[in-house]
Amino acid sequence: MQVLNLAHASLYMLGAYLCFWVSSLLSQAAGSFWWSLFAAPLLVAVFGGILEAMLLRRIYDRDVLDQFLLTFALILIIGDLCKLAWGVEYHTVDTPWPLDGPVIFGGLVFPKYNLFLIGCGPLLYVCLWSLINKTRLGSVVRAVTYNRDMASALGVNVSWVYTGVFMLGCWLAGLGGALVAPMSAVMPGMDMVVLIDCFIIVVIGGLGSISGAFLGSIIFGLVTAFGILVAPRLAIAFGFILMIIVLIIRPWGLMGKPE
Amino acid sequence: MLLSVEKVNTFYGISHILFDISMQVAEGEVVCLLGRNGVGKTTVLKSIMGLAPARSGSILFMGSEIRGRRPFEIARLGIGFVPEDRIIFPDLTVKENLEMGVNRKIQGPWVLGRVFEAFPILEKRQSQMGGTLSGGEQQMLTIARTLMGNPRLLLLDEPSEGLSPLIVRELGSQIELLKNEGMPILLSEQNSGFTLKLSDRAYILEKGRIQWIGSVSELKEDPGIMKKYLGV
Repeated sequence: MQVLNLAHASLYMLGAYLCFWVSSLLSQAAGSFWWSLFAAPLLVAVFGGILEAMLLRRIYDRDVLDQFLLTFALILIIGDLCKLAWGVEYHTVDTPWPLDGPVIFGGLVFPKYNLFLIGCGPLLYVCLWSLINKTRLGSVVRAVTYNRDMASALGVNVSWVYTGVFMLGCWLAGLGGALVAPMSAVMPGMDMVVLIDCFIIVVIGGLGSISGAFLGSIIFGLVTAFGILVAPRLAIAFGFILMIIVLIIRPWGLMGKPE
Repeated sequence: MLLSVEKVNTFYGISHILFDISMQVAEGEVVCLLGRNGVGKTTVLKSIMGLAPARSGSILFMGSEIRGRRPFEIARLGIGFVPEDRIIFPDLTVKENLEMGVNRKIQGPWVLGRVFEAFPILEKRQSQMGGTLSGGEQQMLTIARTLMGNPRLLLLDEPSEGLSPLIVRELGSQIELLKNEGMPILLSEQNSGFTLKLSDRAYILEKGRIQWIGSVSELKEDPGIMKKYLGV
């Protein structure tokens, strides 16, 4: 949609906080995590919808730098709001039943929850890909992305599409945050940890390509893991080196389209 | 009157493009907007469609004011717009492109089967990506896509531009078919031979102003007008 939202990782963090918050509200009930996994992304989507309608919508026609400025401001604002609401100390979410504890196969001990997360990635990818490529809604989105005016001349309410797609993106960010809550601490700054990684992944994969992001994340994960294994002190550099190599060979990313 | 444009003025930023444009299209009528390149023909159509909103004046469609309404609302009321640069969606299949045109507010004869009958080439290519079509096929697709919405008025912006004479002839017979079915059409053209054969009335535009109004037969009888305004 030609919208660059730097604050996406902040929405991910918000998803993690909301997951913590909802599950502690429901801590007496059975399956509290699963309820919060359902609720937190929805709340983030609603929050994102408000952001889009009140702020982002006003700057689509402006220079892309204005989008950077606005969404960077949102990083700071959302970060501080989270501190205000939940404090600066870190919180934890218990690994939910029935995914607590490890599985053992062939002598390897592996947490069940991590296996669950590994499964979630491809599942979400397939759902998202089908939504965009195989449904009527998806063709409307692709049409609007290609040419807003033509789509609106065919009766498409383009501003609704923008709001809807943005909300879907926020829902996904919130889902990511909620899913990660049981396996990492929920605390200020957790957005920055993923922001750069996500940026590298998206650039490697190609902006605007779901398949690219999927491929990019696998490559990035493997390269980083490999980096940690062979040169732990340089591990942080491997992602950037990868990005530089890709940008030299294919400036538009692995699955992106040249402009 | 189906469409009635009264004293419309349109600006792009601070530049004044259209000056007091007034024109009418009646039910079942084919009206052409003639003029050289850059005189504002496209802007007239875009102003009607709401894509280049008019700053003053009035645009009545089936009796209701549409100036100031947004393009998607105008489209849903039943104005179909076919832009001059043939904007098909390259990442959508031909069939998906056609489905984009459907207007749920209006029932009519133009459904997928009917469109494939009128444009057989599109049926053959229905699962191909729009971007893989030739120029002529893309022009067919843009028109067919708009027809899928069963428009009550069709705006065609320079439909023959950039097409080979053979394709233009085919396009002409398609438009003639629409005309015979009573589809009201407002089309802009530089290529007058093609247009005059189809149209009932003509408006000639120069520098954002309407300079001449009359029936096509009058225009044909007086070559001086054509020479003066269109240079032919």
